[in-house]
Amino acid sequence: MQIHDLEKIFLDKIEREIKIEPRDWMPDAYRKTLVRQISQHAHSEIVGMLPEGNWISRAPSLKRKAILIAKVQDEAGHGLYLYSATETLGTSREETINDLHSGKAKYSSIFNYPTLTWADMGAIGWLVDGAAIMNQVMLCRTSYGPYARAMVRICKEESFHQRQGFDILYTLSKGSREQKDMCQDAINRWWWPSLMMFGPKDSDSTHSDQSMKWKVKRMTNDELRQRFIDMIAEQVKVLGMILPDPNLKWNESGKHYDFGEINWGEFWNVVKGNGPCNKQRIAARKKAWEEGAWVRDAAAAYAEKRKAKAQKTELEAA
Amino acid sequence: MATNHLINQSTYQPVNLSTSQLINYTLFLADNALILGQRNSEWCGHGPVLEQDIAITNISLDLIGQARNFYQYAASQIGGPATEDSLAYLRTEREFKNLLLVEQPNGDWAGTTLRQFFFSTYQYFLYLQLQNSTDEQLAAIAEKALKEVTYHLRWSSEWVIRLGDGTEESKDRMLAAIDELWPFTGELFLPSAFEIQVAKEIVGADVAIIQKEWQKKVASVFEEATLPLPKDDIYMQRGGKDGVHTEHLGYILAEMQYLQRTYPGCAW
Repeated sequence: MQIHDLEKIFLDKIEREIKIEPRDWMPDAYRKTLVRQISQHAHSEIVGMLPEGNWISRAPSLKRKAILIAKVQDEAGHGLYLYSATETLGTSREETINDLHSGKAKYSSIFNYPTLTWADMGAIGWLVDGAAIMNQVMLCRTSYGPYARAMVRICKEESFHQRQGFDILYTLSKGSREQKDMCQDAINRWWWPSLMMFGPKDSDSTHSDQSMKWKVKRMTNDELRQRFIDMIAEQVKVLGMILPDPNLKWNESGKHYDFGEINWGEFWNVVKGNGPCNKQRIAARKKAWEEGAWVRDAAAAYAEKRKAKAQKTELEAA
Repeated sequence: MATNHLINQSTYQPVNLSTSQLINYTLFLADNALILGQRNSEWCGHGPVLEQDIAITNISLDLIGQARNFYQYAASQIGGPATEDSLAYLRTEREFKNLLLVEQPNGDWAGTTLRQFFFSTYQYFLYLQLQNSTDEQLAAIAEKALKEVTYHLRWSSEWVIRLGDGTEESKDRMLAAIDELWPFTGELFLPSAFEIQVAKEIVGADVAIIQKEWQKKVASVFEEATLPLPKDDIYMQRGGKDGVHTEHLGYILAEMQYLQRTYPGCAW
């Protein structure tokens, strides 16, 4: 079959909402886009363990500690699903991880912000996971089957995390003066970075058009961001807190919230590696990987020995 | 003791002044699980490979769950304002009764998995007995926890074997970890006053039986791991059960307790 025909079959499937599966023909650029996006998503889960992991040892109650551990563990699990989904596209986990460590592959810019107080655990759950869910719910319908199925599983756990995050903030908002201040301060610091999670404006987004055509993405950055703002602007009222945007107000005719200008200078700087924690995050990941090398080697050597032993026993028995 | 003086003034239970050895025993079980859970959780996000990051964190979570069950039981015995959190967050390093073994630093993966293996073996045989305790609450907690500990024991045994019989480097690291941790294993089998008292009333486990089983299991795993058993004459450290700890515990508690200490009396 000619490439032209294959492409036609591919586009026809996309058109008819038939999922693309690992063994199906797909355009190289589609494959590349997916490897980039899914591995970036996987890396985000793994790097995302660090800002929250930072508070496990200091969680203020045993219940919160247990919840936080379980949550960070879920993220590791999401990383695993997503690395597996990436591997269905013909790239190895190790290769993908090397790209992360070399800086070639990106991860969500949000995880380059530091977690400074306990309230940040709430703000991350509510805002960061909230923004992630907006993206992920859309991705449950993405055109590539393994990615879509991973997202369905991940979304269930993420919504749970978001509720937990909100619950942390809710408890703080009903607490002492210091706790309320801690809550507002965390919202102030995480609000704008979480809006940046949807990526650049549609007009500046390089991958958007093609991704929409291939139905990898089902909504644009700006559409998702607006949905998120509309949702959070209502939820923040329950906390009795405010969002740090003087231009945020309900637009009656458009039936949505208008909001202020995002600091795109900051966004691009964080993406380029100049955020407050970029260096520490990658350093922590590299350190774990490098210091774990002897463990992985030992596991491999032991497995080899076992295999040899089993073969020998088999031979002797024969 | 100065610490008791301080605690007496607050609304929290002065646990060391308790007349009930069952309370002390319950706290001992809780403290072991909590401190090792705290240590293991330090790996979260830093494990040698994702699957094992998940495994060690999972064990940490199980241990903290066990600690919560024991603390809740201790709190119900103490009564008044005592809660799982007041017991975990507002007692001092002289009041914690955990084994010295569990407060040792993580070290490398060999140190962490060996510490887990020593402790899980101990906990396995301890809970095996405890599930038959005449104290229904202890028996129920032990029965539930035993399922988890069975998994911890299998996992940590496998790692001791894998590293012992892996590469030259992994064996060296395992040998160094044995050197480091072995002197803390004697304390597991030196019964404290509260263990003796509780065992006498048939609610606690018999330490001598645990010791025998522990030695057997360790010997068999070490043999499979091609690791030598340390000599009999190694001097053993002790003190944890009486609140005389290594210098590590103070830092663990400073980190763990700081929010509760900074903002006392808050809900989180």
